[in-house]
This record gives sequence, C-alpha cells and structure tokens, in this order.
Amino acid sequence: MSDWETVIGLEVHVQLKTASKIFSGAATDYGSEPNTQACAVDIALPGVLPVMNQEAARMAVVFGLAIGAKINQRSIFARKNYFYPDLPKGYQISQYELPIVAEGQLEINVDGQLRSIGITRAHLEEDAGKSVHEGFHGATGIDLNRAGTPLLEIVSEPDLRTSAEAVAYLKKLHSLVRYLGICDGNMQEGSFRCDANISVKPRSTSTLGTRAEIKNINSFRFVERAITFEIERQIDLLEEGGSVIQETRLYDADRDETRSMRGKEEAHDYRYFPDPDLPPLLLSDQFLDQVAASLPELPEARSARFVSEYKLDPGEATKLVDDRAVADFFEATVKDSPKEAKRVANWINGEMAARLNRQNLTISDSPVTPDLLNRLIQRIADGTLSGNTAKEVFSALWEGERDVDQVIDDKGLKQITDSGTIESIVDEVLNGFVDQVEQYKGGNTKVFGFLVGQVMKRSQGKANPKQVNELLRNKLG
Amino acid sequence: MSLTPEDILKIAHLARLEVPEEESSDYARELSAILDFVEQMNEADTRDILPLSHPQDATLRMREDKINESDQREYYQSLAPETEGGHYLVPKVIE
Amino acid sequence: MTISNASPVTLSTLSAALHNRELSSVELTTDYLNRIERHSDLNAFITVDPDSALKQAEEADRSIATGNPGPMTGIPIAHKDIFCTQGMATTCGSKMLEKYISPYDATVVERLKQAGAVTLGKTNMDEFAMGSSNENSFFGAVSNPWDKNRVPGGSSGGSAAAVAAGISPAATGTDTGGSIRQPASFCGLTGLKPTYGRVSRWGMIAFASSLDQAGPITRTAEDAAIMLGIMAGFDQRDSTSVERAVPDYRATLDDSLDGLTIGLPREYFDQGLDSEVGDAVERALHQLQSQGVRTVEIELPNSMLGIPCYYVIAPAEASSNLARFDGVRYGYRADNYQDLNELYCRSRTEGFGPEVRRRIMIGTYALSAGYYDAYYLKAQKLRRLIANDFEQAFAHCDLIVGPTAPTTAFRIGAKTHDPVSMYLNDIYTNAANLAGLPALSIPCGLDSQNLPIGLQLVGNYFDESRLLNVAHRFQIESDHHLQQPTKV
Repeated sequence: MSDWETVIGLEVHVQLKTASKIFSGAATDYGSEPNTQACAVDIALPGVLPVMNQEAARMAVVFGLAIGAKINQRSIFARKNYFYPDLPKGYQISQYELPIVAEGQLEINVDGQLRSIGITRAHLEEDAGKSVHEGFHGATGIDLNRAGTPLLEIVSEPDLRTSAEAVAYLKKLHSLVRYLGICDGNMQEGSFRCDANISVKPRSTSTLGTRAEIKNINSFRFVERAITFEIERQIDLLEEGGSVIQETRLYDADRDETRSMRGKEEAHDYRYFPDPDLPPLLLSDQFLDQVAASLPELPEARSARFVSEYKLDPGEATKLVDDRAVADFFEATVKDSPKEAKRVANWINGEMAARLNRQNLTISDSPVTPDLLNRLIQRIADGTLSGNTAKEVFSALWEGERDVDQVIDDKGLKQITDSGTIESIVDEVLNGFVDQVEQYKGGNTKVFGFLVGQVMKRSQGKANPKQVNELLRNKLG
Repeated sequence: MSLTPEDILKIAHLARLEVPEEESSDYARELSAILDFVEQMNEADTRDILPLSHPQDATLRMREDKINESDQREYYQSLAPETEGGHYLVPKVIE
Repeated sequence: MTISNASPVTLSTLSAALHNRELSSVELTTDYLNRIERHSDLNAFITVDPDSALKQAEEADRSIATGNPGPMTGIPIAHKDIFCTQGMATTCGSKMLEKYISPYDATVVERLKQAGAVTLGKTNMDEFAMGSSNENSFFGAVSNPWDKNRVPGGSSGGSAAAVAAGISPAATGTDTGGSIRQPASFCGLTGLKPTYGRVSRWGMIAFASSLDQAGPITRTAEDAAIMLGIMAGFDQRDSTSVERAVPDYRATLDDSLDGLTIGLPREYFDQGLDSEVGDAVERALHQLQSQGVRTVEIELPNSMLGIPCYYVIAPAEASSNLARFDGVRYGYRADNYQDLNELYCRSRTEGFGPEVRRRIMIGTYALSAGYYDAYYLKAQKLRRLIANDFEQAFAHCDLIVGPTAPTTAFRIGAKTHDPVSMYLNDIYTNAANLAGLPALSIPCGLDSQNLPIGLQLVGNYFDESRLLNVAHRFQIESDHHLQQPTKV
C-alpha cells in the first residue's frame, strides 16, 4: 500500500444563492412545481437571448478574494456544446479559457497538520435542469426549473493525497461559501456538489496515473467512502497487471462501491467557443475595490483574532468561525464582558450547539439571545451561579424566560457562598460518611470527589464548589 | 481537406443528424469541397492577430438580480409535443 | 380608393394619404391583401392573416381619427418569417417550425406594432436564413417579380419579392452575409443592414449571432430611414444591443454631399466583374461625383477572403444555435423513434432541409477537437484583419462604394447543384457583417435583360445617417429606384 501514492483533485459545483437566474429573470427557489420557474430564456425558445446577472459576478469575485486568488478582470463566457434533454439550448453557457477567478488557495487542517491546497480556477456557468426517471412509465420527465441557476465551479489542483484531506478540503470550502453568504450549502438539495478525480501511481515515479472521475457525491461521508473504495479498486487493478480506464464513475452508496457509468458517451467533444451572445465580462478596478471593501472579516483572520484578542484556543476559535452567524453571536455576547470570552465560547460550542443540533435550529433561531447569554455568564462570573445551577437557568431561558435574575430568585438558585453555611454542610457529610473519610485518610484520594459530590447534593448544587473543596481539604487534613 | 465517410458519421453524431451509410461518401465529397474552398483563409498571415469575437470589441452589460418572470408553464407547454404532470417527456434515459 | 400601380408607393406618401384621410387603413390593408392573393404565384408569403391585419387597421384608423398618428400608423408591412410574432406562425422557412407559434413578439415586431404598423403576414425566406436565393425554403422557392424564372435573392427573398411586386409597401429582413442587400439588389429595392448592435436581436431567430442584424427593405432611402428610426435602439434583453441614441435619420436626408469622399476598393473592381454591373456602378459613381462627391482608390486587401471566413464562422455559430431544435420542447418531433438518440436524429434530419444540415455539419466540424484552431480560430483572426482593413480605409474616405452582387438575378435552379458557387454571391456583402459595419444597397440601373443592378454603400460604425443621406440624394437625382417590374 505504501508503494502507491494517491493523487486527488476535486471539482465542486457551488450553487450561488442569487434571487434570479444567471442569464434570465426567473426565480431560483428550490422545490417549486416543475417548470413553473422556467421562462422563455430557460426553455431556449427560438429567438431568446441571455443577459448577465451582476450578483453572480459579485459572488464569484467575493469567493476569489476570499481564497486570495487572482481575479481575471476580463473573462469570457463560452458555449459547451452537447445534447441532453435537461440542457435546453443544446449547449451550456460556461467559461473555458478565461475564467473569472484564477489561482488561489485553501488551507486545510487534517489532525493538526496544516496544508495549503491550490485552487486552479473558479468559473461561472449555468446549471442544467433535472431529469426524472421514475413515474413516467418508460419515459423520462424533464423539469427545467433548475436550468439557468448560477453555479460557481471550483477546481482544485491535484494536491490532495488522502480521502481525509479531501474531506477536510470539502468541509473547509463548504464552510467558507456559507460564511461568505454566497451559497446555502444544502447538499441534499444539490447546492454543493462534488466530483472527485482520482488516480494512483507508484511512489517512485513522477508521471501521474490515469484518473477516473467520480461524479456527484453529495455528502462528506460518501466522499470519504467513494475515494477510499476507488483508491483500492485502482491499486488492485494495477497490481493485477490491468490498467485504469479514464472514465466517469458513480458512487453507489447502498453497495459502497463506484461503478462505471453506462454508455460510451465518455469522449465528449464539447466544441467550446466564445459565446457570441455575451461580450467579454470586464470588471473595473472600482468594482473590485467595492467588493473587497464589502468582504466580511474572513474566517481565518477572525479565528486568529479570537485567539489573540479573546485568548481562546485555536480549536475553540475555529469552531466558532465555522458559521458566520455563530461567530457574530459570540462577539455580540462578549462585547460587554470580554474577560469571559472563554466561558462564552464554551457555552456556545457546548450547551447551545447541542440544543440547536437536537432541535435542528440555526443560531438565529436561538431563544437565548446574546444579551441573555451575557447576563447568565455574568452571574457565573460574579459567583451567583455555579456551573450546575447555570445550566438550570439556561434551560429556563431556552424555554422562554427572559429575566436571568428573576429565574434565579424564583428557583432559589443563588449560590451559597457563606462559609458558615457551607461548613455546616461539610460537617454533616463528614459525620454521615465515616467510612469514606477513613478511606481517604488511608490514602484513597479518589473518594474526595465522592465527598464533594455529597456536599453539592445536600446543597442542591448551590454551594460554591471552590469553597467546598477548600473546606473539605482543610478538615480532612 | 479530405473527409472520409467515417468522419462524416462522427460529425453527424455530434450534431445529432442522420446520414445513411450509403450517402456518407457523397456527403464526404461535398463537405470536403466546401472545406477546400474555405482553406483559402490560409492565404492570410494571421500570426500575432487577436481573434475578433464581437464587433467593436464590445463588453458585457449586467443586470440587477431581480425576479421579473412569472409562471407561464401552461402557455409554454402548449407548444410542446409531449408533456405530463408539468414535465417535458423524452424516451427514458438510462444513467 | 386603391393605390395606383403607376408610380411606386412609399411609406411617406401612404402616411400622408392616411393622415389626410384620403383613404383609411382598412381600405389600404384590404387593397394589399387582395394584391397578395393575386400574386400568390410569387410565393412571397408563408402566412397571411387577413382578420388580424384588418383588426389592426381598424385600430390604426381609430388612432388616426383621435390622436397623434405616427409615421407608420395604419401602414401595412410584412415581416420576414424569422421574427417571432405572437399569435401568428413563425416558421423560419423550415419544417422544423412549420406549426410554431411564438408566445412573444420580437422587439422589431413590437416596435413597429407600437408605431402603428399593420402586419400583413410573414414572408418566405431561405430556411433559417441560410441561402442567397430563397430556393432553400421548406415552403418552396420564391420568384423574382422582375422575371419569375429567376430568384429574388436570399435569404430575405420573400420580403424583397413582396415589396418589388407592390404587394407590401415595405418589409423587414435580416442580413447575416448579405441577406437584405443582395435580394434588394436583385429586386431593385433599397435594403439596409445596420451596424451590428443597432437593432435588437431579441425574438429574431438566431442563425449566426455575431453577424445577424435586422433591417428594412423598402422602395426608397427615405422609407428605410423611417423604418430604421422605429426599429433601432437599445434593448436590455439583448446583450449585444448597443446603448447609443438613435439619431433622427430623416433630418439629415437632404444634407449636401459636397466634400464627401467615397472610397473605391481596388479589389472590388479588379475581379472579373460582370461588365454590365460594372458599367452601372461606374455610371452611378459619375452621378455622385456630379453631386459633389469625390472618389479615392482604397485597398481592402483581405476582403476577398471574407467568403471562406464567413463560411466557417456562420456555420459554426449556427451549428450551436440550432442545437435547441430537438423535438422536445417545441417544433417538429419525429413520429417514430426507439430511444432518445433516435428522437434527436430523426427529428432534426426530417425537420431540417439539406442546406441547413450541410452547414450544421460544416460548423460542427470547424469547432471540433483538433480543427478549432485551423478553422474557427483562424477565421476569427482573419475577421479582425478584415475589420482592420475597413478601419484603415475609413481614414481616407467617408464611405465605401461598390457593386452589391457580382451578377443580377440568376435563374432558379442555376446554382443549386454547387453550394460553393452559391456562396460566391456574398463576395461584396459579407465583409460588412464580419466587421459589423452598416451597409446599404440601392438600385443603380437595369441590365440588358431588364434585371436590377445594385449599388452598395458601406459606412463607418453607426453612420447610417450618412448612408441614407447619400442614398436619398442619389435617388433625388435619378429614377432607378422608381423602376418597377412591368409584368406585375
């Protein structure tokens, strides 16, 4: 196995979330009744012509700047010619020789190892319609609602070496396009589609092996499995003396294998030529400056700032910036209590994240607002609440309570900090658990935790844990 | 440029046109004559010349991202040879 | 009252007659509908819709009676069957669209409608605009009113025949390699191809997108100015439409020609030009000189390579533009097919005529892997050389003049056996399409067989005003444009 080196390149089609299509004014909403969002241009009626949507260009530039790419201020739309029923014009308007975004890169982190993955290019093109093979008794039904939706095709350099790297790259890219607000990232709905080009070669040689393309993988898990299977398949084939055919394959999730696509339509001659209906796209310096100025603080920079400004761990910071709304929520919460940043991060990444996931909500749906969370954290910081009691208050807030102090009062959750009170509880416990005290004095340090637990129990979790610890230690000697 | 009957069949397939095999030689001859004629272009020295795709070297105008089309499915599909359940029908495609 | 056949009728005289209530649009339209019937043997029309035409005429009469009628209100015209018309078939001269009824109007149609023009019907044309003789139509060949055994030219043959025969006062056409100018030349009419981007292509079924332009076919330059003024202008639905104000073309028609310089390309007069054509052109030049114009010799060294260049670019773009005709969403669909591939192949092979299929094949080849550089790319580079030639020439002259076509109208069937010989018709016209320049053809005489000869004027970008001015002044001092076929 180690004699072989894997070379992986990924092509990702990102559906840009514009209101209207890239070359027509029809809506781009997902899930509408078939062909109700396909206008004359989308259906390719005789005599229709394309007109470019500026938002698609802007989003492409936003992406390009975010990956540090060179933006081709002059880019060309080209026709990619082939026949398929979901391609009404018999050609797809795409970009070929001069894409809008040229070389850039994306940094990935695989088990702590940082690698910079090259992005060859990203170009704009239109999506095709959908073919429905079931339910039409021996025929295929064509729905052109999706035809004309803007896509940004992002092509990586063949820099990836393992399926883990591939998944890390995809996750990073997925997170970035959502962060930038250019794609909703919904893989089930087809907003983010991945094709993988995989080849293997003996480690000793430098010439790349023949690659196979695995198309349309729509989950991170499937990507990993498909790549893993394909690498093995190719290695087995080569070790048996066979050769890899350059072809398109599909990943079958049920059988966990890749299969060659039926039909010998492999050798497509797309006959690319510049689209005569669309003159070259020229982006002015002013346009680029405007877009650059409008860019949000990018995830990497923001994460680094969280570490330096708020003293978070890199891991905590990275988790927060994965979703821009979450990072915004964090900053809104800590703006009045920056010293509690770490605590806030824990609550957001921990308790909040868990609840949101369970209930399938996004952070904008959270019943606990940044302001409420901030107040809660302040009560922990000032000793009113302990970790446990805070959780209780949080639950109440989640259920709709709006006043932290009111909840604390109503539930009588104020932390006990009066040393006299704590001391009497400690004494009770020491008197009630004589065996355990003996064990502790005999050298069993683990039983300390038990005793602490008992004090906490007797105080309904309200005793200040630090004081409990101190007192117990003093009394036990 | 001399096209063979095989070339003709390949081009016809790319263009989704039928050329019966018995006609492919004649077709090849006819198209070859046109291509020979077209080869006069080589008389011109075009080294270092940029191609002209759009007269006056025009540049692309863009529009605002606004929805300005509504559902006209019924009207458009009244033009179609075969539809069902709002879909256009074609013979089943196997992927 | 009916319009007399004695002298050619123009849009301006008709407009005056309507405004002065000498006759109504309904009367006028009825008259033309009758003429169309009487001359159905010309096969100039594919679709005529009398009911719709009369309704439009009634509405025009109402607006003449009440409001502010424009220059085209109530005037009947014909549209080349390449322009989408809602509610009336748009066939493009093809079986593929024999029954197609567009759900929207082309911009050109919209604008003329808004100007009050009455649509008589759709005129015959070479299928998908591919041809120079109108012999390539699914609906049969069109006859030249000057000699019914001869072609009217193409691809806007039906429009030209209709106007020449006096069965429509004016018509729209399209020009990709000469398809307005050459039929105008063969039929003794004024035909204008505007600057690329001057007139919107929305709703104009695409043949070669970077070459196609819509324009008027009329009896006089003044009429062409009237129609162009309505047809021209920016349209946001067409990304190749130019944002540039439309001048009042009529305002400058009478400007003096003193001091204008006409360039005469050496190459146009070098070739074995038909002597009668050459003589007529020369006489026309003398007339222009007497009107104050001076001539200089210029060079367009690459212009003769326009034909091979054109016959790569046009078919290539067409092969892609016509891919949408697949029997799925509209148009002809074969009756018998076993699978998707057969559906495509049979629908397209049965739906398209031989010339269309030929050009799709050439175009597909020119774009295909391994041949793109040698053919398509080479042609695009040569195209720039041709455009540069004109740019250099216009440094020395205001407009360029020569014959429109190498011959007068040839016999039906004379060139159908050899596609290349048909292509050579475009020798003087297609360079203007390749460069995107405006060009106009006006009649300048008749040959010994009483067939019209055309004079071509090519202008600099957006200089239609000047072309129309020169043509109009020429027409004031001559009567070639007043000649009519005697047998009509």
